[in-house]
Amino acid sequence: MTSGSMNLPDADGGTDGGGKPGHYYSYGIPYLSIGNYPGKLIAIEGTDGVGRSTQITLLREWLEVQGYGVIETGWTRSELMSPTIDLAKSSNTLNKLTFVLLYATDFADRLEKEIIPALKAGFIVLSDRYIFTALARAGVRGVDRTWIRNLYGFGIAPHLVFYLRIDEKTLIRRVLQSRGMDYWESGMDMKLGDDIYESFRAYQRQLLKEYGSMADEFGFRVLDARRKVDVIQDELRRQIAAFLAESETLSPGPAALRVE
Amino acid sequence: MEGIDGSGKTTQLALLAKWLSAAGHPVFQTEWNSSALVKAATKTGKKKNALTPMTFSLLHATDFADRLLYNIIPPLKAGMIVLADRYTYTAFARDVARGVDRRWVRELYSFAVKPDLAVYFRVPIDVSVDRLMARRVKLKFYEAGMDMGWSSNALESFRIFQGKVLDEYDRLVDEFGLSVVNAVGSITDQQRVFRRLVSQHLEISHNDERIDESA
Repeated sequence: MTSGSMNLPDADGGTDGGGKPGHYYSYGIPYLSIGNYPGKLIAIEGTDGVGRSTQITLLREWLEVQGYGVIETGWTRSELMSPTIDLAKSSNTLNKLTFVLLYATDFADRLEKEIIPALKAGFIVLSDRYIFTALARAGVRGVDRTWIRNLYGFGIAPHLVFYLRIDEKTLIRRVLQSRGMDYWESGMDMKLGDDIYESFRAYQRQLLKEYGSMADEFGFRVLDARRKVDVIQDELRRQIAAFLAESETLSPGPAALRVE
Repeated sequence: MEGIDGSGKTTQLALLAKWLSAAGHPVFQTEWNSSALVKAATKTGKKKNALTPMTFSLLHATDFADRLLYNIIPPLKAGMIVLADRYTYTAFARDVARGVDRRWVRELYSFAVKPDLAVYFRVPIDVSVDRLMARRVKLKFYEAGMDMGWSSNALESFRIFQGKVLDEYDRLVDEFGLSVVNAVGSITDQQRVFRRLVSQHLEISHNDERIDESA
């Protein structure tokens, strides 16, 4: 599908909201300068049921065999915020604004404590979901687009973003098969209707639309996630290998081990 | 109500609330960083000294959003006077003193309701320290800015940090048109000035009510 031509610096007229890979999107964190860290940040995005974690496990194995240091990070897994987010979700006291802000806090914690130190130390950071998950969920809930993009202006633009895309029908079946519908993932907080299935479907449809609209904005590399696991994995490896080879010729980075 | 620790704003706010209530105004009070939602995270973070300036800022914004929707907007809709012990300006002053981007934090809080009146109790750092010492207040880690590592001595750190906070407040006075009360004067004098400021806004609402009744 997409070839590795995205996010080339200074491609004429090609400025997008995607930011320069490895740099802050906008305001950043003034007390943490991150210029030219050797690590690479690779995000795997997509809705539920696209097999993100399976792909990440396989990628990690493949990269480590080549001698790259790999660190994984996820969404809402920070030590600081996990209990609070769980509590807030279970008690349904969240509204869309606090929802967005809790996730942003969680992300800030992981960014400063996991992602930035790992990039500084030359690791490849594989992120299972990234800020786009937050942007999509907020977008569906009608949170102001400019506001949320400014909010995440302290985020670091990944070197690569892979979007594992599936269609609405496949998505719905996969979610039902795996863990079923839950309150938040069904968008029940949005009061789309009393019928949980209809609400779930409407929510997932809007979510897909949001992701789709971000593909250009942030330079997603879109992969068809309905294909077999190994087919998708091969495609990911091909694109990542090309990217790593290219960046190693440009600047010293997390080079694979070479036996001289 | 804005001002650094030891500016006496909490005392002033309590007296103002008494006066308003006695005059028959329905009053609702809300305090900075008091929502149940983020209490657990703030507590854990503070206990382990695990908060960075960014997470500190975002947790307070979350707390604010929660209180805005549950404790500020509903009483305003019900026609009450909401007295906020610290408002968004506290974030603008403290977070920026910690190194957070000035524009970012302003945009972060752009969902807030603009207050009808914002009063800043300005006090020199020495007066604030004297008051806190007289009350034998133990300076807390984050309030003293100890997370910044500027000094391992709590009092020294407090002076450095709150000094920067005061500089930011001065900037906010012009930017947002805060009404300044000289918080060095006697409690009674300050309260007199404070009530005068507030009463200017109350007159307007009285007129509104009269018009409503005659309509």
